[in-house]
Amino acid sequence: MTTTTTTTESPIPNTAVRAVRRLGTGAPVYALLVVLLAALAITDPGFYEPDSFLAFVKRAAPLVILAAGQYLVIVSGGFDLSVGAVVTAGVVAGAEFYGSYPDAHWLLVTAGLLVAGAVVGLANGLITTRLRVPSFITTLGMMLILEGAVFYWTGGSPQGVLPQSFREFGRGTAGGWLPWAVPACVVVGAAAVWLMRSDFGRTLLATGDSERAANLAGVRVPRVRTLAFVLSGAAAALAAVLVAGFSGVSAQAGRGLEFEAITAVVLGGVLLGGGRGSVVAAMVGAFSLQALFTLLNLQGISGALESTVQGVIVIAAVGLGATGRPGLNRPRRHRSQPSGGTSS
Amino acid sequence: MLTMSSVSKSFLGARVLHGVSLDLEPGEVHALVGENGAGKSTLMKVLAGEYTPDEGTITLDGTPRAFSHPVQAQAAGIALIHQEFALLPHRTVAENVFLGREPVRRGLVDRRAMERRTAELLAELDETGIDPRMQVRELSVARQQTVEIVKALAASDVRVLVMDEPTAPLADHEVELLYALVRRLAARGIGILYISHRLREVFDLSRRITVLKDGRKVAALTTAETTPDEVVRAMVGRELRSYYPPRAEPGEIGEPLLTVTDAGNERLTGIGLTLRAGEITGVAGLQGSGRTSLVRALFGAAPFTHGRMTVTGRTLLPGSPRQAIRGGIALVTEDRKAEGLALRQSVRDNALLVTRAVSGVGTREVGGLLERVALRSRGQGQEVRYLSGGNQQKVVIAKWLAARPRVLLFDEPTRGVDVGAKSAIHTLVRELAREGLAVLIVSSELPELIGMSDRILVMADGALVGELPAGAAEEDVMRLATGDTAGPYEGSAA
Repeated sequence: MTTTTTTTESPIPNTAVRAVRRLGTGAPVYALLVVLLAALAITDPGFYEPDSFLAFVKRAAPLVILAAGQYLVIVSGGFDLSVGAVVTAGVVAGAEFYGSYPDAHWLLVTAGLLVAGAVVGLANGLITTRLRVPSFITTLGMMLILEGAVFYWTGGSPQGVLPQSFREFGRGTAGGWLPWAVPACVVVGAAAVWLMRSDFGRTLLATGDSERAANLAGVRVPRVRTLAFVLSGAAAALAAVLVAGFSGVSAQAGRGLEFEAITAVVLGGVLLGGGRGSVVAAMVGAFSLQALFTLLNLQGISGALESTVQGVIVIAAVGLGATGRPGLNRPRRHRSQPSGGTSS
Repeated sequence: MLTMSSVSKSFLGARVLHGVSLDLEPGEVHALVGENGAGKSTLMKVLAGEYTPDEGTITLDGTPRAFSHPVQAQAAGIALIHQEFALLPHRTVAENVFLGREPVRRGLVDRRAMERRTAELLAELDETGIDPRMQVRELSVARQQTVEIVKALAASDVRVLVMDEPTAPLADHEVELLYALVRRLAARGIGILYISHRLREVFDLSRRITVLKDGRKVAALTTAETTPDEVVRAMVGRELRSYYPPRAEPGEIGEPLLTVTDAGNERLTGIGLTLRAGEITGVAGLQGSGRTSLVRALFGAAPFTHGRMTVTGRTLLPGSPRQAIRGGIALVTEDRKAEGLALRQSVRDNALLVTRAVSGVGTREVGGLLERVALRSRGQGQEVRYLSGGNQQKVVIAKWLAARPRVLLFDEPTRGVDVGAKSAIHTLVRELAREGLAVLIVSSELPELIGMSDRILVMADGALVGELPAGAAEEDVMRLATGDTAGPYEGSAA
């Protein structure tokens, strides 16, 4: 009757084990963020002045939101490489739109961009799930299509000026001190946490873990995976509105953000290939990445090295994850319970 | 020849072997049995130098040995054949056999010598179906296993061969080939430690049986003087009164819940069957006879392309699992890991998967269901990949019970499940039938199928070819399954 072997005396207190396990694969990223923030404090004593710290958060916000969207796609077993191009296209489209209709209400334009981002995501999702094109290729193609379209449309130098009302969200503050970016991150974070605890979120994780098992359990796999792309597209559009607020209108506005978002998610311990990871850890990964870039800047290391650093992080995080992660999470009995049979 | 005495081993304070002793004579097949987690594999890994024992000694041919690395054990003549083969599929048999030890002539690999030597070794084992120049991927699983053994023989003068569940990857008809191979190896004076939890094999092959339970040796038996019952008792540590729960009384069998008439698809023809409330219907057949195709068609995973089907009175020919689930059908698949579970998700998330995916179906009260299936876990938050096979299967069953089905299909309900959990699952399945579910079981383990079923349908070549009453003899089932309608049963299923 006994199928398990041990609930043996544990050398580590159970609560500590449980706490680490709750943080799950993301645990290291919290420590990393603390280390980076401490390093920033040492390097730049003024960093924690409210203004300068809030400015940091503001700069980080678009990446944090992109990471939340990217998380949904990665955890369902895909990639979304199109988000950087969506940000660029969103900024440029907003500017062009205001060029034609200078009096449009900012809320209307924002809503329009969110819908457009969702439509791009829908296209990504349908192509990936219905035509069975791997998402890496689908979204890479989408990235090229959007980049080319923006270039064609603007001749390489986008025109138009974004009105103050529209840029308020990205650059302005609530109550005169709190950048709108902060509540934006909090709301997106809360929504993402709620989503991942909902039936949809649990189903999404299971689908990313085993598409076959999910399908046989009645999950509408194409619909679930497509919805992840839609949300990622909408998140990218929201990021575009923030980016438009504090950087100028340019055909480079979102360049490279897709890889920064993937790096952030990986840094958060989310398993590439799907099925495992926490959305909060992914967003904390984005903060950490931004903190790292800031730190490198302060240390006088060229911004040009940012992509090199990212490359190192992605490879290292995935590499360490492949060997280190199981050890962190594995109940000890794994080794003491030899397979001894066809099971396990 | 080989003596292991008082071997103990702990991992991080958890003792998994408690002073286990074992001896092996030349030419002997010595079976090592025990439930999952009993310590069989740990003991063998100690022998093979993969683990260093905390206490105890290993003596080979009178010389005490202490291996700290598998290579040392291998050099001393101890070879371990794992369940997963370590072969390179795109290389030839000879290249695999001499992998890392290729004979060299004038600085080049001496391919001819390699192939000649491989051919000699194969001939010694009377293995004529393998050409040393064939690529390994072209061979059947059974022959790949042979290559794995030849590889061990080529590497050293093998005295002790450890085989871990060698029949697990094999098809039914390949098992006989393995038996022959094992006997030939034993005849050459090699001592064989044979790990299995299929008692039938153990009784067919072994001279002695050592039973481990919870890291202790609980019995050392001579095969000729014992019975499967006694071995099972030692493994489980309690009396198993009978292997299977009592069958349904005639009054317990109710109305038809699922009816199929004249249905088929590219794998199945002319399927007609009725599943009734309270009844367990068994489906027997050889591998490839269409048993799995049948349950997958009923469940909409590989749908019928034509035919009629009614479920609980409504017409429904399910085109997807989702439709079948809505209709009240559940399928426990044979491949638990790939199809039954999301392995990285928690017990709870797996148990709730169907309920969450198909709105309006089922219950969210999984706590009671997990108790009902007698799951042993560290809580609902534990990831299912850390559970034993039996407990994983219980989670799969709980997941389907949460969906509140009326028709429950099982494809190999106890594959890779140890004896104790197996009997728990059998009892549970019977209870479910008794509560008014219609149950269909596919199993390649005939004793299980016969023991559980209230009637048995036999399949061959994608069609139902016969029906037998409860308690039919294995011979009768095999006769129908092999299409051998005349003459006595010959003993080999292939």
